[in-house]
This record gives sequence, C-alpha cells and structure tokens, in this order.
Amino acid sequence: MSDTTDTGPVLAADGTPLKRSLRRALRAQKMRALALIAPLLIFVLVAFIAPIADMLFRSVENQIVGNTIPMTVEELRDWDGADVPDEQVFRAMFFDLFLAAEAKEHTKLGSRLNYEQSGMSSLFRTTGRRVDNMGKVFQNAFKEISPQFDDAQFWFDMMSGGAGAEGNARLISNQIGRLERLEATTFSGDVGFVPGAAISDILPNTARAYAAFAAFTHFVNEDVVSEKKPWEAVHAALAVDLEEPATAAALAAYDGPGADALRQAAAAELPPIDMKAAFVDANKDWSRIEYWQVIKTYSPPYTTGYFLNAVDMEKTTQGVALRSDDERIYGLLFKRTMFMSLMITFSCIVLGYPVAWILANLPARKANLLMILVLLPFWTSLLVRTSAWKVMLQQQGVINDVLVWLGLVADESRLVMINNQFGTIVAMTHILLPFMILPMYSVMQTIPPAYLRAAKSLGATNWTAFWRVYFPQSVPGIGAGSILVFILAIGYYITPEIVGGTTGTFISNRIAYHISTSLNWGLAAALGSILLAVVLILYWAYDKIVGIDNVKLGG
Amino acid sequence: MADTGNNDAFVAFERVQKSYDGETLVVKDLNLSMPKGEFLTMLGPSGSGKTTCLMMLAGFETATHGEIKLDGVSINHIPPHKRGIGMVFQNYALFPHMTIAENLSFPLEVRKIGKSDREAKVRRALEMVEMGEMGGRRPAQLSGGQQQRAALARALVFEPELVLMDEPLGALDKQLREKMQFEITHLAHELGITTVYVTHDQTEALTMSDRVAVFNDGRIQQIAPPDELYESPQNSFVAQFIGENNTLEGTVREIKDGLALVQLDDGGLIDAKPVNVEKAGDRTLISIRPERVEFNRERLSPDAHTLKAEVLEFIYMGDIFRTRLRVAGSDDFIIKTRNAPDQRRLKPGEQIEIGWLPEDCRALDAT
Ligand SMILES: Nc1ncnc2c1ncn2[C@@H]1O[C@H](COP(=O)(O)OP(=O)(O)O)[C@@H](O)[C@H]1O
Ligand SMILES: [Mg+2]
Repeated sequence: MSDTTDTGPVLAADGTPLKRSLRRALRAQKMRALALIAPLLIFVLVAFIAPIADMLFRSVENQIVGNTIPMTVEELRDWDGADVPDEQVFRAMFFDLFLAAEAKEHTKLGSRLNYEQSGMSSLFRTTGRRVDNMGKVFQNAFKEISPQFDDAQFWFDMMSGGAGAEGNARLISNQIGRLERLEATTFSGDVGFVPGAAISDILPNTARAYAAFAAFTHFVNEDVVSEKKPWEAVHAALAVDLEEPATAAALAAYDGPGADALRQAAAAELPPIDMKAAFVDANKDWSRIEYWQVIKTYSPPYTTGYFLNAVDMEKTTQGVALRSDDERIYGLLFKRTMFMSLMITFSCIVLGYPVAWILANLPARKANLLMILVLLPFWTSLLVRTSAWKVMLQQQGVINDVLVWLGLVADESRLVMINNQFGTIVAMTHILLPFMILPMYSVMQTIPPAYLRAAKSLGATNWTAFWRVYFPQSVPGIGAGSILVFILAIGYYITPEIVGGTTGTFISNRIAYHISTSLNWGLAAALGSILLAVVLILYWAYDKIVGIDNVKLGG
Repeated sequence: MADTGNNDAFVAFERVQKSYDGETLVVKDLNLSMPKGEFLTMLGPSGSGKTTCLMMLAGFETATHGEIKLDGVSINHIPPHKRGIGMVFQNYALFPHMTIAENLSFPLEVRKIGKSDREAKVRRALEMVEMGEMGGRRPAQLSGGQQQRAALARALVFEPELVLMDEPLGALDKQLREKMQFEITHLAHELGITTVYVTHDQTEALTMSDRVAVFNDGRIQQIAPPDELYESPQNSFVAQFIGENNTLEGTVREIKDGLALVQLDDGGLIDAKPVNVEKAGDRTLISIRPERVEFNRERLSPDAHTLKAEVLEFIYMGDIFRTRLRVAGSDDFIIKTRNAPDQRRLKPGEQIEIGWLPEDCRALDAT
C-alpha cells in the first residue's frame, strides 16, 4: 500500500478486478451449497410452507358462493336486505341453481352456507330437486305451440342463427368460464356452437341459457350439442325473454332460422312466470329473510366469516356481533388449551429438571442407562401409552383400586381421574416429558462441575450454589424445553381425544372435527391460523422477555 | 522423603490415602506439612494425583484414609463451604451469568457482609489485580489474562488464609504466564497468605515457590526449596523431571570417603556422590547436569576420572552453546557452555575428554 499511489480497483493476477473475481469465486461456492440443501429446501417448501399457505388461504377463501350462483350474487348487490328479494333475484337464482344442480354442485354450496345458517343445506338440496319441474311448465307450453320446440336440431339452428351468421363468441366463452369456475377445472377445445349475434340480442336470456347448456353438454356430458334437447331452463329463459314486450317487435323483423316458430310463440298465451312463488312452494324457507341475508353476507369471494366464527362472533345485518352465550365454544376452548398447555409445561419442568440433572451428573455408563429409560416412551406407540393411562386412571383402574385397598378412598366414591382435564394433563405430561428432559440435559451437560465447586469454595451452601450459580445457567435448557413442550402441547390431538372426555379436549380436537366430520375446512383453517398466530405471538413475547438467544438445545 | 507431621504446621496431610475405585490408590501415603505463609507447589506429571490432593484439601474429595489438618484442627468432616479456603480453578470457573463485580461480591454475599462493605472490598480486590475498570463486564468479555486476574481476585476477596490454585496459568500464552507467575507470587507474599499451587510446569514451580513437592505415582518424591531440588535431586525421577539432565547407567564398585566409584556399562570408571546407593554391586543411574560437565582438562583436578567423548553436534543458541556428544555408548549426552569470549566451540567429529566435580555427579537409584 505504501509504495503505490494507484487508487484504481485492485486487480487479480489475470487482470480482472479483484472484486469481480472474488464474487465469481463466492458465487460458485454458494451455488454448490445451494445444490446441497436443495432437496431439503424443496421438501420444506412442499411439505411445510405450502400447506401453511394453503391453510391461511382457506381460512378466508369463499369463492364457492360467487362461483355457484354468480347471477344471484350480482342481483343481490343492490338488495337492501329489508324485505324478501323480488322476482328478479329469484329468476337469477333459478338459472344459477339449475346449472348447479345439473353439475351437482348445489349441495356443496348448501353445506358451505349451512355453517353459517343451519337449514341451508336442506334448502338447496330440496330445491335442487325441484328446478327441473319449475322449468317443465314452459317446456310443455312451447311444445304445445309448435312441435319444433321439441327438436334438438331446431334449437341448435335457431340459437346459432343459421349457417354463416355472425356469432357472439363472447357469450359462449363467458359461459365456459363460468362452468370452469363451477366445476373448478379448465376445459380446452371447441364446443361446436356459437350463439348467433342477432338472436342473442333479441333473446339474451335464452342465448345465455342455451350457451350454458351447450358448454355443459359438450364438456361435461361429452355429447354433441345439436343432438340434445335443451334443458327446461332454456325454455324458461325463452319465456322470460318473450315476456318482454320489445321482444315481439324485434322478432317481427327477424328472419333467421326458427323465426316463424318464435313469432308464433310470442303471440301465444304462455304460463305466467312467478319463480318466487315456485321457490317458496318448493321450500318455504325461501321466504325467510335471514336466509337471504346469509347468502348476501357470504357472497364476496373472501370473507372474515370463518375467523369471526373461530372467535365466537358472527356477521349480522347490524355488523359484527358476539354469538349468543350457548353458541360460544371456541373462546373457552382456546383458553382451556392455553391453560392446560401451561400446566403440562410446568409439570414437565418440575418433573424433568431433577431427572436431567441426574443424567448430566451421572458417570457416562449409568447416564446412558437412565437415558434409555427416558427415551423408552418414544419407542412405544403413542396410542398404547395413552391407553395405558386410561387403564391406570379409570374409576375401576389401578390407582383407584390401590386407593380403595388402602382405605384412603371409599369404594362408592372412587376418584374421577380420566376423561377430564386432570387425566389429560397427567397423560400429556408423561408423553411430553422427554422433550423437556433432552434439551435440559444437553444444556446441563455443558455446565462444568467446576462452577458448583467454585461456588462452594467461595462459601456457598449446596442450595445457594445451586440456586445462584447452577440454576441460572440451566435456564436456557428450561426455556428450550418449555417452548418445545408448550408448542407441542398446544397442538396435541390424540391424547386429549382419548383421555380428555368433554372437559379435557383441546382446540385441536375441534379442528380435527371440522376437518373430518363437519368438513368445514374454512373454519378449521381459521382455528389453525389463530393457533399459529398465538404460537408466534407467544414466541415473540418469550423472545422479548427471556431472549431467544437464551434458548439452547445444547452446546 | 516427604516431611512428617508437625504440630504447629498450618496445613498438614497425615498418612493420607485416596482411592476412587477401591482398587488402586491414586494417592499413596501422603505426608506433608506447611507453615503459615508458605508458597508450596505441587509439581508432577499429569495423573500423578496433584489435583486429587488439592480437592481433598478443599473438601471436594474425601480422603480414603488419614487426616488432613488446617491450623491444627482436623477438617476431614467439614464441608467445603465452611473451610474458608480460596480456590482458583484451571479454567477460572468465573460464573458466566454474573459480571466480574458480581462474581467477586458472591463470596461476600454468602457471608452476609453489608452492601457498602462489600462494594469497598470488591473495589479493593479489583484494584489489587489492576482490574478496577472491569467490574461491570461479563467474563466472556475479558481476555484470558484478565479472567485469570478476576478469578484470583475472587479467591482472595474474602480474605482466606489459605489459597489453592490448580494449574491456574495453563491456558495462557507463555509471555502472559510469566507475567502472572510474578504477580501471583508477589501478591501471595504481600498478603501473607498460605498458597498451595499445582502445576506440571517445572519452570513455573521453580520460579514461584518457597518449596516444591514433586509428585509421581501418588507419592511425594521430594519436597525441597527449588535450588536444592535442582541441585540435589534425591532420586532419579526428580533428577530427570526437574531441568535437563544427562544419565549414564552403571554399577557401584566401591563407596569410600563419601565418594562412590562407579563402573559404567561400557567399562569407563567415574566418581560420583552416592545419594541412594548403599553398597558395592548396586545398580545405579548417574546424573550430571549439562552445565556442570567440563571438557577443559586444566579445570579438572589431576586425579579426576574422565571419559572419552565424540562431538556429534554443535548448536549455537545465543547465550549458550549446546553440544551433543557420544559418551559411553549413549548418543544424547548434552553439555552446555556459556558463550564467553574465551569459550571454545567444539566441532563435530572432535574427540575430547570430559569430566566433572564428583559432587556434581550423583549416583541415584536405577529405576
Ligand atoms: N473423579 C475421579 N474418579 C475416578 N478417578 C479419578 C477421578 N479424578 C481423578 N482420577 C484419577 O486419579 C488419578 C490422579 O488424577 P489427578 O489427581 O487429577 O492427577 P493430576 O492432577 O496430577 O493430573 C488419575 O489416574 C485419574 O484418572
Ligand atoms: Mg490436575
């Protein structure tokens, strides 16, 4: 440095700037390191990050309503919620429900809405069976007017506007898109049908209904559109279109295929269209305003509903409110889960500390033997261990028998120690104990015995030496064990399920119930997300109070 | 060889034995007594039982047999924390979760000394080891030498009369070690405390101690002031362990007028001072310090026995010359000569005659 005044970049032996060649060398190293961890990285992404992301997404996702009854959602947007919706909404519901029923998706929507309002499921199921009949009236009426309306090819020609007519490609692709969202798949290929531009102007509802029918027939049923008679809903749509006075006038000037038959139909007397009455007739719940409110409340594609539900709240027309007393369960479950996890963690500290201490201070050979005893539970099935506690703790179980035999407890007043919180805490303490002992042990192992000796040589009694010198140094082990046990406990499922009864179950049991029994995955995901958030908050608080660098799993 | 019990000794080991496993004795019949204020070093190879002795004195190990007395009172059954002995451990054992001041304050707190007193004593102790500024730091924030001083201050802050140190300088580099050696002895003498110091480094033992006890195989081989230990080793272990040493094997021919005539295994005859040989015919190990060997015929008495030697190697070391010779069939006979103006530099291949004063050549036990 002293013999040169050159301030330019330092060069490597081959003349490239040193910085660049260093970067190149480091990059190669980094890539190699990355390649080594790539399998793990991918595994973690696929098996850990992705499911959590999916869970977070599911807890707010609500696209099923918008995907299943899009037109109804559209119509309800301007509904003030004060009175039962008008005929327009019911008509939209009819067409939506008809397609959904054909695709057998309406029951899923019913189940979804049933989480918010019981009765919804049966409402959609029963009505879904009746939509065919609701349209049948119009089908019969048109057949009466002209037998041509009973002919598949006639309909196809009429709706496509004849050979060489200008087509309305947007309409058919809209309907394909809608069907894709409904069926949650993607379709590729050509339907073989494009609605005529002129006819779709004159008969917009009919064109839309026929396009939906065509897309469904081609993609889902895999039939040829021109060979299939259209649905009842298409006939109903035609009736709706013809009800409009302007339609007849427009038809008068139309000369595409089927124009005569349409003019004939426009002139004829058609059955009155009253979808509202038809729905209420199918299920009188359609006249209940709460049901419609639920549909409107849950129509956006994303909702806070699951989270509100998970904290015992609900959406009402007056906004967000607490559920009534008898419907609140999750707050209680969360509190209980926290409380019991803390109790378990505490019991594990109290029971595990001396064991870890002995392990760390015994000569290696004896320590290994004891370690095997500590690890033994790991080698036994969790189910077996939990069931063993059942045998131990039940009213006719070993402990009660011994107590009765000793005369400490009367035979008729045997202690209830299982299927409650006590049983859960006992069994889970036993099961999670190794997770407390191992980190404590590995930390204690690193505390040289010289510290205790030093303290004693300085005049401290055994207790003072332990409490002032040994214990503070073992705190990181307690911290690590506590975090481990607490986090494991908070999400534990099997043991509370078996020995928890009704008062000893955890939030995780409820999550499992929603995943496997009620199939309310959104709520399960919301509960899981809250649990995750609680753990993260506790972790953060722990870091603030104790300091995460005070946590050691060893060394 | 070890001195026997003495009633006014401050520290006394009387016929102490120790076994950890009930099969082998790690300490075999230890007798030792120390007057107040003495700086005694236990020196010996690793595994010779030094730490065990120290631990028995501190109370962390119990003697299997025998008695340990402190100020005339048996302390065999007094727990360590009541013995009031200061101790410095090899790795200092400063409590990592406390600051240096808190570390020093600890022995005072457990003695229920008032806060202001405590603070004054801690400050004084820190100043004594020149660490006045470091009280607020954690041990991990100090260098090895500073930790060493802090550990020393902690062992002294509660004013014990006896301080034990187990290889306290083992982890320091050479320069720092020499500085600390000086400081420790200086402090110990200044405060008038009795010190038992354990080391396996003979230079350290020689430079620091009033007396050195050489341990081997669970026994004290010799206990003596450093000069005596160096110049008059009582047996071949001590002679070989302390300082550099030339050894030759032979058999005693006769012992007369306090001189032993020894016939070396290759036939040469030499005079030696009989130390632990008793009669003619005993096998013996002759020990001569390299700096006491003379090759200048004129400087030897006319009737002295001499040996033929061949120069193998000459090493210039600045202040001294080190010459390796072949003597009586042994290839590693070393002589050291001072680099004086008139000093002759031997050349490899040269044939010389070497000799020494009989009292510098000690006939010891053949091991
Ligand atoms: N706690 C112990 N248990 C069993 N053997 C021990 C124990 N401490 C030391 N020893 C044995 O006693 C002998 C002397 O050890 P020690 O007193 O530490 O020697 P030194 O300090 O001189 O190196 C060694 O052989 C060692 O293996
Ligand atoms: Mg030792």
